[in-house]
Formats: sequence, structure tokens, C-alpha cells
Amino acid sequence: MSDDKTVSTPDTSGSTLTQGTTSDGEVLLKVTGLQKHFPIRKGLLQRQTGAVRAVDGIDFEVRKGETLGVVGESGCGKSTMGRLITRLLEPTGGQVEFEGQDITHLKTGELRPMRRDVQMIFQDPYSSLNPRHTIGTIVGAPFRLQGVNPEGGVKKEVQRLLSVVGLNPEHYNRYPHEFSGGQRQRIGIARALALNPKLVVADEPVSALDVSIQAQVVNLLDDLQEELGLTYVIIAHDLSVVRHVSDRIAVMYLGKIVELADRDKLYKSPMHPYSKALLSAVPIPDPKRRGVKSERILLKGDVPSPIAPPSGCRFHTRCWKATEICKTTEPPLKELRAGQQVACHHPENFEDQQPQDTKLLSSAKEIVSEPVEK
Amino acid sequence: MSKLDKAALGEPDSTAPSVPDDVFLSVRDLRIHFDTDDGLVKSVDGVSFDVRKGKTLGIVGESGSGKSVTSLGVMGLHRSARAKVSGEVWLDGQELIGADPDVVRRLRGRKMAMIFQDPLSAMHPYYSVGHQIVEAYRVHHDVSKKAAKQRAIEMLDRVGIPEPAKRVDGYPHEFSGGMRQRAMIAMSLVNNPELLIADEPTTALDVTVQAQILDLIRDLQKEFGSAVIMITHDLGVVAEMADDLLVMYGGRCVERGPAEDVFSEPRHPYTWGLLGSMPRLDREETDRLIPIKGAPPSLINLPSGCAFHPRCPYADIPKDNVTRTVRPELTEVGGSHWAACHMTQEQRERIWTEEIAPKL
Repeated sequence: MSDDKTVSTPDTSGSTLTQGTTSDGEVLLKVTGLQKHFPIRKGLLQRQTGAVRAVDGIDFEVRKGETLGVVGESGCGKSTMGRLITRLLEPTGGQVEFEGQDITHLKTGELRPMRRDVQMIFQDPYSSLNPRHTIGTIVGAPFRLQGVNPEGGVKKEVQRLLSVVGLNPEHYNRYPHEFSGGQRQRIGIARALALNPKLVVADEPVSALDVSIQAQVVNLLDDLQEELGLTYVIIAHDLSVVRHVSDRIAVMYLGKIVELADRDKLYKSPMHPYSKALLSAVPIPDPKRRGVKSERILLKGDVPSPIAPPSGCRFHTRCWKATEICKTTEPPLKELRAGQQVACHHPENFEDQQPQDTKLLSSAKEIVSEPVEK
Repeated sequence: MSKLDKAALGEPDSTAPSVPDDVFLSVRDLRIHFDTDDGLVKSVDGVSFDVRKGKTLGIVGESGSGKSVTSLGVMGLHRSARAKVSGEVWLDGQELIGADPDVVRRLRGRKMAMIFQDPLSAMHPYYSVGHQIVEAYRVHHDVSKKAAKQRAIEMLDRVGIPEPAKRVDGYPHEFSGGMRQRAMIAMSLVNNPELLIADEPTTALDVTVQAQILDLIRDLQKEFGSAVIMITHDLGVVAEMADDLLVMYGGRCVERGPAEDVFSEPRHPYTWGLLGSMPRLDREETDRLIPIKGAPPSLINLPSGCAFHPRCPYADIPKDNVTRTVRPELTEVGGSHWAACHMTQEQRERIWTEEIAPKL
């Protein structure tokens, strides 16, 4: 997972072409202007009175063999995005291309061939496995649904998959309740791998697990990627896990990507104020650093409602750098540095994009440079 | 509640540290067992610790290690019909396990209060947030509803809820996750408790909100000088908040000591495992995490000897198979730093400095 050869050269609109990338940088999934609005209906006639703009125009692409991490607070649309690219939901607007084929509005039947190549791992290993089916049935389901007859029969193949993910193949006839959380997550992974997919979308694959088990599953995903050449989109809220697994990371805020950057660039010098605040909020497991903490940015308040997102830059209501222009003009996602696309008028660690506009809107910043008295 | 074992406070058993005068909460050999159809579940099996005023004790462990059960035991929230509780809990010089439930009830909410993990299920959906805070206040204070509501507004303001006079009449579902947690903190602090137990207070929250809440708890602790017990599985949160640390595994304490010592010189393989499992932002990127093999044990059939031995890579180092037959006791490994492991001090020191620490 640690190849850093993936350098993109997108144009300003963010809809990217992949010139300049190395041969393994072939685009597997391309998303342009993706939108999903969930209608809000009211009254007797169920007239639409508004919409939850869960995903509101995002562009990115996923290259073969890489891992794209997606982070953001709850409600930022990252899970909806995951369901859109796997086409569990139909986008309201924009386009999803998988291996060059437009899958945005395909119907169920037309989607079936593509389902073989795109699989999903879900967050909650308790509700994503049918309690009335045995492990054999669950992991074998993809073969039945796709009408695939693997060499040596379904049972043998399922048992092979179980051993691949570190489970005992003899557990073929057991039920989900007989397994622990970590084992269940492995079952989910085995099911996702059954048809040899090209792209695996994992929505919070480890957040329901204990730390020690979490590390086992993270390592498993890592090994599988190496062995099977998988491409991952990993959606998670835990920034340290995301750093560990990803090559590139997209930071989402209120249905938009605010920063899309190579891992090391993002973690060393985040450019969007939101990314910076998010990173600074992660508690560091080292009590000695308590006294010497450089600065923590405390964002005030909560994420605004996606029903009526703020005008201009959506982060301006909580941003300490916001000026007049942030209120009126939405900043485009632009590549400011190689491998780092940012949507901000006043990025961190970089020259100001709107230097003439200096009137600060808010005093939202609250830096805690805390030497906590003991 | 089971019968009080009136052992004198001055004579704790060998595993327990001596009790200094400024200790506000002292738990001695706490055992909480549940009789179930499958057998006796020993959720907590002999845990001792002290918390001083103005200090924070962090309790870490995986799910099922007994950390929440311990805190509920301190609060006296286990039903006597179901749970067998023994041991001693001394709160400000008063023993609670053997005390009359009514006495404990009068202390609960006033002298000791709790913040729960999931504020949506901890708050009543039918009553307004203000109503619930007023209720908590009036149970312990003989004041008018109006005065209590004023107090509720004051508390909501104190925990940083905007427009408290308006939000006081709101219902839990109208609050966002972070606000709900703030409201619950307001509720637990409304009686100025001297002991605050926070059970995974930020697990359900986003990092940015988590930072706000931790900050708030720290501020309030400074202001009121309360003793805080912070239960969490996130070592980052503990490192940031705790003065002392208690690591639990299988219902027992495996390591205990000042947080800085436990983080810089952990002396139990399980603690090493926790530290190695965790991807860290403050370190260079490592290729692989070092997980603990296997899964947490069942509390009905705890492994014999050291409960951690099936998962411990060093279980064969001590001679005579002792890890599988004898349960290790907590021994002091440094200034008020205790660990329960059969390996000798030197062996552990060597493994930590040579094998574990460089990989973290």
C-alpha cells in the first residue's frame, strides 16, 4: 500500500485526465460532479419541500492498485458517496465511470456484470450478515447470484476464502452469532472477495472493532491488497487508521471534497483549514506531549445542516480564516501543489489565493496551547 | 448488595496500594460476578485503585474487560438480585458496597455522577432536556421549579450550548451528538459532584467534537476540583486526560501506574500489544501494525493462570509452565507502578527496550 508513484495532474475543474501518471496509475473509477440529494417531502400530497444535499458535486478518481481514504465528520456524505460509487444508490447528478463505462444510471440487470468487480465491506459486522444463514451460505451467495461455478465447487472455494481471511474452513456450517466481532468482519471480507473484485469499497471497516482486533483486520486488508492486487476505497473517520492504509486521502466536508492529497502531503502539511483542524484534534497517545502541544484548533459548534448548506465556502461558518469572499464565492478544488488539490481561498502552508480580501469574518479560531497544570 | 466485608481500611490485601490521606475514592478488591444460565460471569475480579481529588484516573481495556462494570459498581448501579458485588468502595471516607441503597442513592448524582457513552439512549426522549436537568437538581436540592430551571440554563450555558434559555426546552432528538453530550455533562454536573465517572464519553463523537468535550471536562475539573474516572478504549484520549492509568484485561487489572510511566515504560505484554495495535499520527508511518493475536477471552471460562497467556507471545519465557497454572499478582515495578506478569523485571525491561519500543 505504500507506493507513492501516484501523482495526478488534474486541471482546475477537478475533472481529471491522467497524463503523467505511471503505468500502474490506470484509472479504475472516475467520478465527475457526483450529486445525491435526498428529497424531503411534506404534507398530504408529499410535495417536495427541500432536499438533503448529502453529496453535492464531487470529483475524484481511483487508480488501479491504490487505496483512496475518505475522511470527514459524521454527516459529511462519505458513506453516501460509498454507496453511490458501488451503485447501491442512484446518483441525482454527475457521472460515475467504472473502467471507462458509464454506470451512473444503469438498471439493476445491467449492473449485474459490474457487481462482480465492485464489492463492499460494511461497518457493522452484526447487521451485515444474515443471522439465519450459515457462513457457507453467506460467503457462497455471490457465486449463486452471479451464476459462477468456481473450480472444485462452491464449497471448496468458500473454504479457501475462509482460510484466506484467517478463519477456520471447518466453520463452514456455523452461524454468524457463533463468531466474535473481528471474525464476523473477516466473514464480510471473505464475501467481498468471493468473485475476485477489482474494487473494494470499505465503509468504516474497523471502527466497530477493538483496538487489538482492528490491527488484525487492517493488516489483513493490507495483505490481501498485496496478494490480489485490489484497489480500495476506505471510508473511515479515524484519521490514524486512514493514514495507515491509504495512498491518497480525500477530506470531505458537507458533501464536498475540500482536500484531496497524497497521504504524506496531507498529514505533513494540510492545506485546507478544515483538514488542519481535523488533524490537530486527534489525541496523541503520549502523555509527555501534553505540556508541549504546539497548537490545537478547536472548531466551534457543529457541522451545519446539509439541507441548507452555507453559501460560498461551506466551511466559512466555522473557519477562522474566513473573509468576505468565502461567504459569496465557492472555492474550486484546485491543484495548488503536485499531488495536493485544495478548495480554499486562504489555504494553510501556501500563498493566499485571495490576498486582497483580508477582512476577517469571524473569530472562530481558538487555539489551546495548553500546558495542563498537574 | 452483598454483605459488607468490613476489613479495616488500613489493612488492604497485598495487591492493593496503601491508602494515602488525600484519596477521595478508594476501591479495594472489587468483585462483580453475574450468575447467568451459561455460568458465573466474573466481569470484575479483584480490582483495586485510588482516585484523588482534582486528578483523573484512566481505565483502558477492550470490550468485555470489565471497565464499565467497574464504574457501575462504584456508582452502585448493579441490581443486587442479579449481581454479586463484593469488596469495598470508599468514597470520601464512606463505604458504599455495604451501605444502605438509600444512602447510596442520596450520594449518586450529588457526590458522584456519571457521563454515559451514548447520550441519545441515556436521555429520556419524552422529556425536554431542561426537564431532565431540573429533575436531577431537585432530587438533591429543595428548590422551586423556577429556580431549578434557572440553574439548568446556567449549566447549559456553562457547557457551551448556544442560546441556553431557548435550548432548555428542546428535546434530546433536537440536539446534535456533540450538543447532547454537552447537555448530559451539564446534567451530571448540576449538583457539583466531587467524583465524575465518564464512560467512553467521546466514543460516539467526531474528533473535532471530541476535542471540544475533552477540553470541557478538563476545564470543569479544574474549576470544581473533582476527581474524574475516564473509561475508554482510546489510548490517545487517556494520554491526554489521565494522571494515572489502569489497564484491565479479563476483569482484572494487569497494569496500573502514573500515566507517563505506563506509556513510556509499560511493563505488561498486553499494554505493549495495545500500543502496537494502534496506528499513531505522532510517529513515522510504519508498514505494519503489530496486533495482539487471538480474541479477548470469555469471562465465563477465563484461561487458567495468566488470563493473557493464550495471546501472549512471551508466555513461554517464565519456567515451569507457570503462566498457565498460576495467576500472576500485581507487583510493584517502580514508583507506584504495578504490573501483573510472571516474567522478571529484567526480562520485561529487556523485551520492552529491545523488541517492542523500537517498533512503535
